[in-house]
Amino acid sequence: MSDVIRLTAAELAAALAAGEVSSVEATRAHLDRIAAVEPEIHAFLHVHDGAVEAAGAIDRRRASGEVLPPLAGVPLAIKDVLVTTDMPSTSGSRILEGYLSPFDATVVARARAAGLVPLGKTNMDEFAMGSSTEHSAYGPTHNPWALDRIPGGSGGGSAAAVAAFEAPLALGSDTGGSIRQPAHVTGTVGVKPTYGAVSRYGAIALASSLDQVGPVTRTVLDAGLLHDVIGGHDHDDSTSLAEEWPSFADAAREGARGEVLRGLRVGVIRELPDSGFQAGVSASFRAALAAMEAQGAEIVEVSAPHFEYGVAAYYLILPAEASSNLAKFDSVRFGMRVTPHVGSTVEDVMAATRDAGFGDEVKRRIILGTYALSAGYYDAYYGSAQKVRTLIQRDFDAAFAGVDVIATPSAPTTAFRLGEKLDDPLQMYLNDVTTIPANLAGVPGISIPSGLAEEDGLPVGIQFLAPARQDARLYRVGAALEALLVDEWGGPLLDRAPALGGVR
Amino acid sequence: MARDTLMDFERALELFEPVMGFEVHVELNTATKMFSAAPNPANSANHDAAPNTLIAPVDLGLPGSLPVVNEEAIRSSISLGLALGCSIAPTSRFARKNYFYPDLGKNYQISQYDEPIAFEGRVEVELADGTIVEVPIERAHMEEDAGKLTHVGGATGRIQGAEYSLVDYNRAGVPLVEIVTKPILGAEGRAPEIARAYVQAIRDIVLALGISEGRMERGNLRCDANVSLRRRTAPGEPPAPLGTRTETKNVNSTRSVERAVRYEIQRQAAILEAGGTITQETRHWHEDTGTTSAGRPKSDADDYRYFPEPDLLPVAPAPELIESLRAELPEPPVARRRRLKADWGFTDLEFQDVVNGGILAEVEATIAAGATPAAARKWWTGEITRIANAREREAGGLVSPVDVAALQALVDAGTLTDKLARQVLEGVIAGEGGPQEVVDARGLAVVSDDGALIAAIDEALAAQPDVLEKIRDGKVQAAGAVIGAVMKAMRGQADAARVRELILERAAAS
Repeated sequence: MSDVIRLTAAELAAALAAGEVSSVEATRAHLDRIAAVEPEIHAFLHVHDGAVEAAGAIDRRRASGEVLPPLAGVPLAIKDVLVTTDMPSTSGSRILEGYLSPFDATVVARARAAGLVPLGKTNMDEFAMGSSTEHSAYGPTHNPWALDRIPGGSGGGSAAAVAAFEAPLALGSDTGGSIRQPAHVTGTVGVKPTYGAVSRYGAIALASSLDQVGPVTRTVLDAGLLHDVIGGHDHDDSTSLAEEWPSFADAAREGARGEVLRGLRVGVIRELPDSGFQAGVSASFRAALAAMEAQGAEIVEVSAPHFEYGVAAYYLILPAEASSNLAKFDSVRFGMRVTPHVGSTVEDVMAATRDAGFGDEVKRRIILGTYALSAGYYDAYYGSAQKVRTLIQRDFDAAFAGVDVIATPSAPTTAFRLGEKLDDPLQMYLNDVTTIPANLAGVPGISIPSGLAEEDGLPVGIQFLAPARQDARLYRVGAALEALLVDEWGGPLLDRAPALGGVR
Repeated sequence: MARDTLMDFERALELFEPVMGFEVHVELNTATKMFSAAPNPANSANHDAAPNTLIAPVDLGLPGSLPVVNEEAIRSSISLGLALGCSIAPTSRFARKNYFYPDLGKNYQISQYDEPIAFEGRVEVELADGTIVEVPIERAHMEEDAGKLTHVGGATGRIQGAEYSLVDYNRAGVPLVEIVTKPILGAEGRAPEIARAYVQAIRDIVLALGISEGRMERGNLRCDANVSLRRRTAPGEPPAPLGTRTETKNVNSTRSVERAVRYEIQRQAAILEAGGTITQETRHWHEDTGTTSAGRPKSDADDYRYFPEPDLLPVAPAPELIESLRAELPEPPVARRRRLKADWGFTDLEFQDVVNGGILAEVEATIAAGATPAAARKWWTGEITRIANAREREAGGLVSPVDVAALQALVDAGTLTDKLARQVLEGVIAGEGGPQEVVDARGLAVVSDDGALIAAIDEALAAQPDVLEKIRDGKVQAAGAVIGAVMKAMRGQADAARVRELILERAAAS
């Protein structure tokens, strides 16, 4: 059953429940696909040798008559930022090569408990620093739509794996857009939940106050199904919200019926001018808005005067927190160790290890962050950035007083070429201009495909943002627009992606 | 190491005014650590755990691990803040103090920086002669302890020159409260004495609250003493600015705090008078030589890059919680001492002996465990203090009050003589177990079996056949020789009074 890899997670779950396919068959099909396309894509850093065995266990439980959770038996790709007990967790860094965690990340433990079958760990920019996966210590991932292009980042591996049909579902993490921007450039769906909605326990921290784990999928419903599995309060993460969440899968199903668009107030940000965006990106965005308007949505201009400072604030807060979070990688207790010479002091070993183990982008941000936190500079840098953060939160509060969701293009351009921005970190940073405000304010965001850019035929995503804790609204609105567009296209956008590895 | 030149203490005080400040770290005895569910080695249930057995992922800074605040530690910290007369902050925040050191799993310490849980307090401190001095408290904040490094192969036991170092992360993450005083001015010649009394007062408070084991020799209570000297000026002249301070670290007994402060006053005075300057630095206290030596230079520019800990929410205790903890506070130590002195009926001298010996809590606990006040005082100020002095240890750390009370009970029951009891005490201190266990293991109990005593008496009488005659002739003191022989034969494990009785009975009967 070679078609099994093209099923959505919801469809595969239904087939598994109906006994039309076994989890072992589905898992093998995905492993075969991985074997076939990985030479071109390189989405995975590690493929799980226990996947078939885990699938078999699910099949046996089902055969014994046990009633299993909805996604039981469905394969899952896991971003390497999430620690796992049975697979190495490197966060894309040389310094953690081969590192095995004694515990599973909460989201991984919940996925296993729900019967999902881990397929492997996906590639990413080192410690999630980047928008292209080019900063992975293990080589870049290639965009399934155009192999010479970036798959986005930092979670390019998860997005590419899903876009290339190597996995129906993946887990990502989003600190400034690392779920949503890869979704944008690969024609997939990515959700950054409300800060605190999904546990960060076991997610190797980049910037603790910005990081959030979320689903990476091909449909909004699949994202809702996965979010239902991983979300909710976790005692091990003190910043996790003690909230009773509705079912996001139900929200997606409800949204797909389309009524949500009638009277929906959609805010567009006055301060995000079309001029900053690639023409095809703007065009796709405008077309999506028009489609929603045609279904009764009201497009309202809102003001967010401080968004323009978002990138600057973000690139102070993130490096500051990262410089501290990455201090633990010192070779003393785990990870790589470099002993420069006989009789080296612990200080020598720490320095040599960090020099050899961290890539340039990581070092750049550690230096930036260390500087931003230094006595005498703290107020001007970290302090000011936190004030901008408060102002952006206020912008959102004011905007959401008048609209239900805010819409933006998910990123300014379609997938750029591998290597194109590698020597220009500032250009790379500006790629996150539309995604960063959500992380700074802690509000949820979703990116869904809005079409292909006319000039290069590459995928474009539209982002919706909602007030904190209103994640369900994003699933409703996202599913509504998705249904409209898929209908208009006559099938999923990914059907138009080129063939890979000689197979479709 | 060059020997420091010291100025005579009285002379130093004529020229300079000493200014002190203290940072006391209190290890809380919560069941688990500050930010993890690992057992807390500062709780008696977890003493003597093997290295690196009391650890959770966050104590090692493992990737993906996150801290979770221990609520019991928050309550203990609030209680301590209240007992120090502090205001409790409606919200306070944890911050990261960033620095690389291998005993720190994360290479940052979670502490509190600009928003401590307790601030602005004062503590009454009672000196040996009963004078009461008030010490102003700046703040008390929560933080986590670091692991313990053992440097192997060097001459000094320090990291410099060591061949390798071992790290034990058991202590990493132990809940600490750091109590910081304001500068203590006007202490004058009593500065060393006030230093000692202050640390003793903190110890009394944490013991009364039951939030720490308070044993300095175990590191449950650690004192860093800041000392500076200000040159005196003639009347009418403006006061001289405050002098440069040194911070003497890890002074591990109240007695050492007193000695260290005195030493620093004498050392700094000699340097200043010779035209030198004081280096702002950390100094290490050496218990054996009674001196301090320079550690690493410390400046106010030490940059720990503090920032609010993003993994934790602000601490916002409910006002009701603070009030209920306030209502449960034990009486202040000074008031408590006044009450105990009256309850126990000790003379001034007897009571000061107990207080100055730093064994008030031990005596109280011994009485609570069943001993009479007189017996408790006798043990603690007598034999236990004697042993402690001989070994240069704190009396409080040698033996538990419960064991002392049990020992006295064995004496009261006639199982042990005073002399035997002292031997049993030695055994308990040596770690051979509780008093009864030592009695059993060493076979030290008084022989109360008359049959055995009579047999020994018969044997002694056979050797000294004229004794009975002498007794019958009214020379009762002649029994002494037989008693001595019997006690010797019984290796001291007999009640001499009973032996005497039996001999007299024998004389009367024959």
